[in-house]
Amino acid sequence: MSDRPAASGPTPQPNAFADPADVVLDARGLRCPLPVIRLAERTRSAEPGTIVEVLATDPAARADIPAWCRMTGQDYLGQQERETVAGSDEQSAGGRHTAYRVRVTAPGRTPAAAG
Amino acid sequence: MVEPPSGRALLDAASGPLHPAAAQTLAAAVDAGWADPRRLYAEARTARRLVDQSREVIADGLGVRPSQVCFAPDGPSALRLAVDGLLHPARRRGAGLVASAVEHSSVLVPARARQAAAPDDAPLVEVPVSATAAVDLDAWAAAVRRPAVVAAALQHANGEVGTLQPVSRAWEAARAAEVPVVVDAQASLGRVDPPDAYDVLVGDARSWGGPGGVGLVVLPERTRWALPGVTDPDEALTGPTRHTPWVPLLLAAAEAWQQTAATRAADSAEAYALVERIREGAGAVRDVEVVGDPGDRLPHVVTFSALYADGEAMVQALDRRGIAVGSGSACTSSTLEPSHVLAAMGALTHGNLRVTLPLAAVAPDRARSVDRLLEALPEVVLEVRRQLGAGTW
Repeated sequence: MSDRPAASGPTPQPNAFADPADVVLDARGLRCPLPVIRLAERTRSAEPGTIVEVLATDPAARADIPAWCRMTGQDYLGQQERETVAGSDEQSAGGRHTAYRVRVTAPGRTPAAAG
Repeated sequence: MVEPPSGRALLDAASGPLHPAAAQTLAAAVDAGWADPRRLYAEARTARRLVDQSREVIADGLGVRPSQVCFAPDGPSALRLAVDGLLHPARRRGAGLVASAVEHSSVLVPARARQAAAPDDAPLVEVPVSATAAVDLDAWAAAVRRPAVVAAALQHANGEVGTLQPVSRAWEAARAAEVPVVVDAQASLGRVDPPDAYDVLVGDARSWGGPGGVGLVVLPERTRWALPGVTDPDEALTGPTRHTPWVPLLLAAAEAWQQTAATRAADSAEAYALVERIREGAGAVRDVEVVGDPGDRLPHVVTFSALYADGEAMVQALDRRGIAVGSGSACTSSTLEPSHVLAAMGALTHGNLRVTLPLAAVAPDRARSVDRLLEALPEVVLEVRRQLGAGTW
């Protein structure tokens, strides 16, 4: 593995969240590695250029979504901290979470596809 | 001789087991070295002599004078004290600290707290690292020049991923800025030659097969170092760190040092090759990333992360197969946060396993243990991925 420049966290790109995402994946409450697994599943059949937004509360997602992008060749666009007000059901439990944006560059490489 | 539990492959030697010779010394020392070295009667004088002898052995091994060797309850507290002792005499100039982003949490956590309380006087400058966790020397050189920075901390090698840091060059840059450097050798002492560029050196006897309870702080005479608060009346015994470990532990640490030093070159060469095998074998499993510098590294440490796998489940699956390994994944940590080292490198943190090879004297069957790990790994990764619904795509 070649020595890449300092990798202490990708810099969020300000325009990454300007437009609505094509797909929103709610992985809040899911523990690692499930958010990344869901992301990989969702991008398997996605067209190149699709913008996927993942909502997650898992602290590891902060490192693992960008790492997954790097390992599978997808584009990591950035992240945004969010806060929501609680709704009436557990799916919309309020509180802090992070929104991550990824752009699909090639059909998702998964354990099976990596062969 | 203390035998390891039969049938177990012990591949997380970060905290033990004890070198067998050190275990024997410890058992004998419990009878001979129990007394308080400060007292005046025969048993106490014996204990005092044993403290001095142990200190001499370790000092000799590090190429320093016995008076420069001080102790702490363990490595992490030695590191905390080391930083505190550099900050205190310099407090009129500031309390700012430079540290790589992959330093031990006992450097980063107190430093963040100091920064939160006094952001201008006590900044923490966390220097970024490369993808292999090597500190960015240009950023380091700039960081040590920042206002209010009065001390710096850099590890000799990273204990999670094994990468060796460019300590000499970092020390030169800090020296040019008149900033003293604590070098943390908790992961490296006894396995590779000790560093020779430092203003304070920190270690832990466990890295050389010694017992817990013996942290090391080496203070060259030229280093301006002092802890706040009143001097210990027993400073002649406890030194500037105001601590003397229980004497039997110190004796065991000295014995382990001598044993390990005698076999270091051969042991390290063998370990280096075993880790090479692990790097190759783990890297051959689908979607597994082996991290850390492949060459410029500790001989005995390696870590790798498997996509779509759960670190805790893998550790447990290997444990059921008689194999003990560590992990840096969030699910295996008491804080449920992933390893800050892996995160700082941009490495995958989930599905992480970490091997710290024991010394050959501690585990003569370590090569066989590595075989067992490599044999079990593909099926364990597949099993855990399947459990998560990710193995059948």
